[in-house]
Amino acid sequence: MIGLANPTRFLSLVDRVVPWLTALTMILLGLGLYLALFVAPPDYQQGETVRIMFIHVPAAWLAMFGYTVIAVAALGTLIWRHPLADVAAKTAAPIGATFTFVALVTGSLWGKPMWGTYWVWDARLTSMLILLLLYLGLIALWQSIEEPGRAGRTAAILALVGAINIPIIKFSVDWWNTLHQPASVFRAGGSTIDASLLTPLFVMAAGFTALFMLLHLLAMRAEILRRRVRALQQTQVERATLAEA
Amino acid sequence: MSAALALLKRDVMLAWREGGAIGTALGFYLVVVAIMPFGLGPDLNLLARVAPGMLWVALLLAALLSADRIFHNDYEDGTLDVLAAGPLPLPVVAAIKSLAHWLTTGVPLALMAPMLGLLLNLPLDSIPLLVLAMLAGTPAVSFVAAIGASLTLGLRRSGLLLALLVLPLYVPVLIFGVATASAAIVGPASPWPPFLMLYGLSLASIVLAPIAAAAALRTALR
Repeated sequence: MIGLANPTRFLSLVDRVVPWLTALTMILLGLGLYLALFVAPPDYQQGETVRIMFIHVPAAWLAMFGYTVIAVAALGTLIWRHPLADVAAKTAAPIGATFTFVALVTGSLWGKPMWGTYWVWDARLTSMLILLLLYLGLIALWQSIEEPGRAGRTAAILALVGAINIPIIKFSVDWWNTLHQPASVFRAGGSTIDASLLTPLFVMAAGFTALFMLLHLLAMRAEILRRRVRALQQTQVERATLAEA
Repeated sequence: MSAALALLKRDVMLAWREGGAIGTALGFYLVVVAIMPFGLGPDLNLLARVAPGMLWVALLLAALLSADRIFHNDYEDGTLDVLAAGPLPLPVVAAIKSLAHWLTTGVPLALMAPMLGLLLNLPLDSIPLLVLAMLAGTPAVSFVAAIGASLTLGLRRSGLLLALLVLPLYVPVLIFGVATASAAIVGPASPWPPFLMLYGLSLASIVLAPIAAAAALRTALR
């Protein structure tokens, strides 16, 4: 991490990693979709609609993963003053928000045939909606503060205040009576899902994770370059002002 | 200790004498609650059922719109810099200012709720519990609003941004606050379990929120 604090070294690392990561993402997603759509058997109760799970569950996992990335980056900004921590936090927010939105929409579409309703205010769905609102708040805060240093630290504080939501989401189906299904994969006593459905699920999750990392690295590269452009423009203006004076 | 009390006294007196701040929050509360029946229809049974929730939501909005002034005036004229450099730790300063906001906005709003409850046909025997729940929950409202106020200090559109940032954090307060008030109406469930959760949330906010608010203040003052 310390070695990557230098933006130039980070950018050269990104340039080397991105082609491989792109290939890995396409392979994993392609394999995952093939397994999910053609190989996995239809569920004995839900039939073919169970296939939404292969998008919905990985998207939800990545939504929480994204916020965790932001929370860890927030610690990096506030405690260790890592130079790239606020870049990581700023760029992860829109990606995480999109995954959250995908999870909510696919879950809603799955809920209509399964539960008979597009939405219900149970603990899991409500806390995921709050996660989306927290993401939107972070994005709004980033856009409202012009000075990047202050923006990074302020958003880091907000991210840490909202981090309590992540364990609430995870354990919401245990702590409350929810319409949403209780924990079936990451639970004490092992998963309750059969391997024929679990394997495509994990492949899709790996593919989504690779996609997140790819998008995140690309966004970080763009943000670093954007800041360099801004710094160059400021130097130009200062030089012009000094030349006039 | 005397420095803390002096700061509290100063903030409370400034808020009282400014008058417009408290009065505007109360007026906003009145207007929002008065407008509800126009949107919901005059059916008294429906209004009675939604009254606790409506009163709570309108209280949150009124408290949020006045949250701006917790730090804003002192930030503008430099007093916040003096306080940050002074003998009191910055979290204590944030806590005192949040307490002053609660005393001058949260408590008046909570005490005004019964009158507005009459507009919404709130059952009379649920009023004491509603007021008790609001008095127990409004410290959480004020202290979390201070986090929002310190994060958005000096920004454009800070009022709307503050509401956007802080309302998701209010969801637990709202859930337990309305559960307490509704339990008294709907019964037979006891209102005390959600009341205790609400009280616990307030106590946790009093301890934890000033730390976050102070960190945000330090960032804004740099």
